[in-house]
Amino acid sequence: MTDNIVEIDNLSFGYKGRLLHKGINMSFPRGKIVAIMGGSGSGKTTILRLIGGQLKPVKGEVRVGDKVVHEQGRNDLQKLRRKMGMLFQMGALFTDLSVYENVAFPMREHTSLPETMIRDLVMMKLNAVGLRGARDLMATELSGGMARRVALARAVALDPEIIMYDEPFAGLDPISMGVICNLIRNLNDALGATSLVVTHDVKEAFSFVDYVYFVADGVVAAEGTPAELRESTLPFVHQFVHGEVDGPVPFHYAAPDYRRDMLRGRDV
Amino acid sequence: MSSKAVSKLASALQNFGHRLIDQFWRLGSASRLFGYTLASSGESLRRPFLVIREIYFTGVLSLIIILVSAFFVGMVLALQGYNTLQKYGSSEAIGVLVALSLVRELGPVVTALLFAGRAGTAITAEIGLMKATEQLSAMEMMAVSPIARVIAPRFWGGVISMPLLASLFSMVGILGGYLVAVPLIGVDGGAFWSQMQASVDFREDVMNGFIKSCVFGVACTMIALFEGYDAPPTAEGVSRATTRTVVNSSLAVLGLDFVMTSFMIS
Ligand SMILES: Nc1ncnc2c1ncn2[C@@H]1O[C@H](COP(=O)(O)OP(=O)(O)OP(=O)(O)O)[C@@H](O)[C@H]1O
Ligand SMILES: [Mg+2]
Repeated sequence: MTDNIVEIDNLSFGYKGRLLHKGINMSFPRGKIVAIMGGSGSGKTTILRLIGGQLKPVKGEVRVGDKVVHEQGRNDLQKLRRKMGMLFQMGALFTDLSVYENVAFPMREHTSLPETMIRDLVMMKLNAVGLRGARDLMATELSGGMARRVALARAVALDPEIIMYDEPFAGLDPISMGVICNLIRNLNDALGATSLVVTHDVKEAFSFVDYVYFVADGVVAAEGTPAELRESTLPFVHQFVHGEVDGPVPFHYAAPDYRRDMLRGRDV
Repeated sequence: MSSKAVSKLASALQNFGHRLIDQFWRLGSASRLFGYTLASSGESLRRPFLVIREIYFTGVLSLIIILVSAFFVGMVLALQGYNTLQKYGSSEAIGVLVALSLVRELGPVVTALLFAGRAGTAITAEIGLMKATEQLSAMEMMAVSPIARVIAPRFWGGVISMPLLASLFSMVGILGGYLVAVPLIGVDGGAFWSQMQASVDFREDVMNGFIKSCVFGVACTMIALFEGYDAPPTAEGVSRATTRTVVNSSLAVLGLDFVMTSFMIS
């Protein structure tokens, strides 16, 4: 594992003083699909934002290629970001543009391709996510799952080297889910890209990724290939992989005792 | 004084201090955004289509309210002016009164106030929502600067629209004044126009009004953009920001108007 396109080294980060990540180490080998899993609110989206340079780490660093992301100037950061494509959790389509224009947006901004070429490329990308027929709809006229698929097409519009997917499966029916899994695999292999997939969906993820990181309590709690993790005896991993409610991973955000909370303000 | 009152006073003072510092912070971030916007302007002016689109949204779509208001303001000016001038036997000067009030003051000021309510709020809400739905973030991740692609075109759209709208306001207002003064009240039409022509100076009156509306254009558009860009990414945050756009723009317009008028008259 010498050829890592993204490396996260002893990374600490927190919003408003409270540390969310406490020394995370991850590496993402070129050409692989790596999943980042963890409970809701464990800071997965935040990790993607740190890789994209939208947030500055408190300690440690993220390296993309051989460049430290938070030390790049404005222009170098832009150059770095052109190598990346990101699917946002909520899609983040431009609401004033049509589906077609949304996918064409990165091409229009960064290339001077002729219109016919752009049209062909957009159609190819939309066809891959099964929405070629929806090209004339406005972004606001799509369902949540459709919006996310369009956003996926937009994220890979310029054939990036690093593709980050934030919850690509949320809100998809089982059929689209299978299609998107295959799509991520195919894009990865055809483009020679490296993919980072943030997801909760253990079953889907384990079926096609190469490596998995589990994040909990601000550190990497477990890592390994899907086969290794399925056999893992770590109680934490076992709970997550088998979706058990009882176990070391709390379902609740840190809160005072339930009984005391409910009884507060009453005479006990 | 009891210690309770003292501590109450202290906390009130502390609160006031916090707010004051907060305002200074905001002023600082607004100036920074202004600087970035100017610095990114070249990029967006090279793509005139973007700016033209914004001129359509801020300028053209504000036309109706601006023109209708102008017409009524002009008519009211003529009625009120005639009422007073006639007492001194100089009712022919009504044309001068209408034209000067509109060109020097009411045109730029009322246009700016209406602009803040019509176009400014739209800009703030749009940018605030784009931020709340991560569209600006997504753009940033695509290596496209939201300031160059979203903020700067809207800025220039507003700055170009405002003087045009203000001139239209003055023109339509004068027309409204004419319709009330001449056909309705029966002031002599020739006197109405000739006195106006003789007394309205191009440099002193028309140019000064134009300068005012340009300054208002910069102020109103920038306030609307900043409030949207700075809004907390929630429904409540955006709605508050929209309100602040109207309040701050109006205050800025009236304050700037006083300052500029005092320089122009002296
Ligand atoms: N802009 C922000 N300001 C302050 N706190 C934030 C902000 N964004 C996220 N957080 C906090 O950081 C924590 C992690 O957020 P993040 O979005 O990274 O979680 P996540 O792992 O992606 O969760 P999910 O799976 O639900 O999407 C949350 O507890 C959240 O409250
Ligand atoms: Mg998330």
